[in-house]
Amino acid sequence: MKWETVIGLEVHTELATNTKIFCGCSAKFGAEANTDICEVCTGMPGALPVLNKKVVEYAIKTGIATNCEITRYTRFDRKNYFYPDLPKAYQISQLYLPICHDGYIRIDTPEGKKAIKIHEIHMEEDAGKLIHDKEENCTLIDFNRCGIPLLEIVTEADFRNADEVIAFVEKLREILQYTGVSDCKMQEGSLRVDVNLSVRLKGQEDFGTRTEMKNLNSFHEIRRAISYEEKRQIELLEKGKKVLQQTRRWDNAKGVSVSMRSKEDAKDYKYFPEPDLPAIQITDEMLESIKASMPELPESKRKRYTDTFGLSEYDAQLLTSDVYISEFFENTVSLSSDCKEIANWILGELLRLLKENCIETKSIPVTPKNLIDIIQMVKENKINRTTAKEVFEKVFTESVEPIKYVQDNNLLLITDFSRIKSVVEEVIRDNEKSVSDYKSGKTSAFGFIVGQTMKALNGKAPVQEVQKILKERLG
Amino acid sequence: MKKICDMTAVEISTAIKAKEITVTEAVLAFFDEINKYDGILHCFNCTDKDKALKRAVEIQKKIDRKELTGLLAGVPVAVKDNILTKDFPTTCSSKMLNDFISPYNATVIERLLNEGAILIGKLNMDEFAMGSTTESSYSGLTRNPWDISKVPGGSSGGSAACVSARLSPVSLGTDTGGSIRQPCSFCGVSGLKPTYGSVSRYGLVAYASSFDQIGPIAKDVDDCAALYSVICGKDGHDSTVSDIGFDFKKVSADNISKMRIGIPEQFLCGEISEDVKNAILKSAEVFKYSGAEVEVFSMPILKYAVPAYYIIACAQASSNLARYDGVKFGFRAEDCNSLQEVFINSRSQGFGMEVKRRIMLGSFVLSSGFYEAYYKKALKAKRLIENEFLKAFEKFDIILSPVSPTTANKIGEFADNPLGMYLGDIYTVPVNLAGLPAFSCPCGFDKNNMPIGMQLIGKHFKEEEILSAAKAFQNVTDFRKRAPELSFGGESI
Repeated sequence: MKWETVIGLEVHTELATNTKIFCGCSAKFGAEANTDICEVCTGMPGALPVLNKKVVEYAIKTGIATNCEITRYTRFDRKNYFYPDLPKAYQISQLYLPICHDGYIRIDTPEGKKAIKIHEIHMEEDAGKLIHDKEENCTLIDFNRCGIPLLEIVTEADFRNADEVIAFVEKLREILQYTGVSDCKMQEGSLRVDVNLSVRLKGQEDFGTRTEMKNLNSFHEIRRAISYEEKRQIELLEKGKKVLQQTRRWDNAKGVSVSMRSKEDAKDYKYFPEPDLPAIQITDEMLESIKASMPELPESKRKRYTDTFGLSEYDAQLLTSDVYISEFFENTVSLSSDCKEIANWILGELLRLLKENCIETKSIPVTPKNLIDIIQMVKENKINRTTAKEVFEKVFTESVEPIKYVQDNNLLLITDFSRIKSVVEEVIRDNEKSVSDYKSGKTSAFGFIVGQTMKALNGKAPVQEVQKILKERLG
Repeated sequence: MKKICDMTAVEISTAIKAKEITVTEAVLAFFDEINKYDGILHCFNCTDKDKALKRAVEIQKKIDRKELTGLLAGVPVAVKDNILTKDFPTTCSSKMLNDFISPYNATVIERLLNEGAILIGKLNMDEFAMGSTTESSYSGLTRNPWDISKVPGGSSGGSAACVSARLSPVSLGTDTGGSIRQPCSFCGVSGLKPTYGSVSRYGLVAYASSFDQIGPIAKDVDDCAALYSVICGKDGHDSTVSDIGFDFKKVSADNISKMRIGIPEQFLCGEISEDVKNAILKSAEVFKYSGAEVEVFSMPILKYAVPAYYIIACAQASSNLARYDGVKFGFRAEDCNSLQEVFINSRSQGFGMEVKRRIMLGSFVLSSGFYEAYYKKALKAKRLIENEFLKAFEKFDIILSPVSPTTANKIGEFADNPLGMYLGDIYTVPVNLAGLPAFSCPCGFDKNNMPIGMQLIGKHFKEEEILSAAKAFQNVTDFRKRAPELSFGGESI
């Protein structure tokens, strides 16, 4: 391979504020079209923006979590262009003094840790949504999304392949979720990734001509689009042709990127400082109080999970990759010290059930106490693992109380040894062949005998006890 | 008793409270004048007598029950047509917004209504407040009540002319580069351009956001102070408004004896007419007579004011007016075949010449590669001018100057000479660049009996100082008391 791919990202994330960035309208996703709107977010004449302070706080949190410098004197700028989804015909954004700059996020690569540099993070407002109605041959506008606060995170061209890009976006998503800044739902558009990609000969210092790809709304599509675009560019160059500087739209369905506009018709946004909003002075006190309110970030959590809880790197990674899962884990661990067992339940049964039932990790229907109760019953040999899993599922789907459920449904294991012993005698009598096989050294026969005993006990005996009794009896 | 239409707003409100007149009588008195004279003058873009009379009855009851006791309770008020009102169309005198009715009231309108004022109509202006003559209005020009062959000034031409002609006791205008002060000067009435950030701009259709301010226009200082005290102050909808308040009671003619007044020599030379210059020098004598110190000083930086102002104002206008694209409200061109055509045709047909000129100029200075050379440099000039003023204010309490180099010009005089019109703003735009308050009031008449205005510029948020000085001036002069003779009532020309 003589070619090297160079990638930089522009990530847009919608902030999880209650209200919009410049007015009091609700910022919730999914309301009926044009119901969360007012004169400010629809750009009526005479309307003026008033900054939602939460947005500044979230931007600073993100900046701190991504090792950025915070711009202490920051302000907004206007980005002017005509489009029907932009009712003022300008977007209030930041160009000259973005709120955060010069940070980095460390990612894991096969060659070890790699720092991806963040050029800047800036605040801006989202635009509305156009809905093309083919039947009526018209375009409708939903202004609900107008004024939803966004952060744009711009990286340096530090990526060399799709794996690094995915690793970065995953890390970034973790950070945004942990800090409570965004819910990062790619399918709802609250995390959007634009990929700037160019190729160059290995060893070459100058960057090649890049294209910008938009509309990548899943990790899968990011990967496909990168692989398509690097191939397209390499083919062009190998044929002696040139790559044109373009903005391209990724077409999920066709699996190709198509040109939206080229450099020649690139817009002149005529930026200038927003006169309707005073500049923001970020004081030491503000910064300190935001720092103090920062939650523990995933990196440090992972270290704590391996060092204090004795979990493997792998388990720690899985548990911390989602803020709600790690929260559930820590709440459960605070009730019992059985860390490994708790981790196994969460990473096994809990994740499976969440996935199967399409439930968000935000709304786990099981309480830490439920899980502890089940683990405790297994530990005390009151139920076996198979029953435990069934109980857990019942708790998950029907919110039953585990201890009561086990009692009410007669799921407790038989702890009466004389009864187990008498069943063992019956099984030995009925399975002479297997018993003699076992005695003559065929160890696999033992499993069969255990199985028969468990079957006769309707599975309701602690299997370790059954094995122990059988071993003693058969010698 | 005085004729109602000759009374000041404070006098009307006092007479209503004393039960000498009713609110309905007050409203009817002004509508009589409007009927007689506005056909010729065309101060109003629209009026609503029925609505005003209905509200007059409600307000009368509230005043009788002592629920309304404010300075403007029951007083008819007319407002410039770029201030949003739910009950009247707001056209900005543009084809673009010809049938636009706002879904919300501007903050100043809400404050007037809470005070118990009666809105009688919306006033003509230069299209989107761009101009100094009110000739660029889509609804037709306004005539100067002192000489109907002349312009009333602009852009708040309707606001100044209607008070001058006694069609409304007070009005609201807006001032971005002199748009309150200059028409007040041309029409012989008083007007205040408040400190930038003292009156909420919420609901004012934006022209140049860094300069726009709403202000009162009236027959005298007291009415201006009363109206200003109602509209100013902190507003949760406009983050550029300061919470520094204004105390009406601090306005006192007695304050003049301690004041130091400076006159920039740059404002007394060049294109200025002899009559204007003499009126200003005579006014200086009046201030001296009243006990103030007066001194001429130099402020060379002022020559950069007009270019800096037009660069910043046009740049911001090009962005502020971009929302009129034919998509959501206002004028949309017919028979468009593409989105691009909707934008281009609607804007080409919806805006007038002066507006287009400023949008193009503004788009040019902001375009890529020119920002540093024009806009950024203009911002720097703005800062330097502000600093020069602050330096002058270390020495002086008030700066005295003419409002305009000449008295009102003939209709059509600047039709082919926009630059000539822009240069007429030479004394007013420095004040907007520096964000300072300035009061414009009559101080003489020229040889053709046209009013001359003077401008008192104050420190940031020191409205009470310039109003006090103006009051002292008023107490010993009677320019403000002269009204134009309207000899054309009922006729048409």
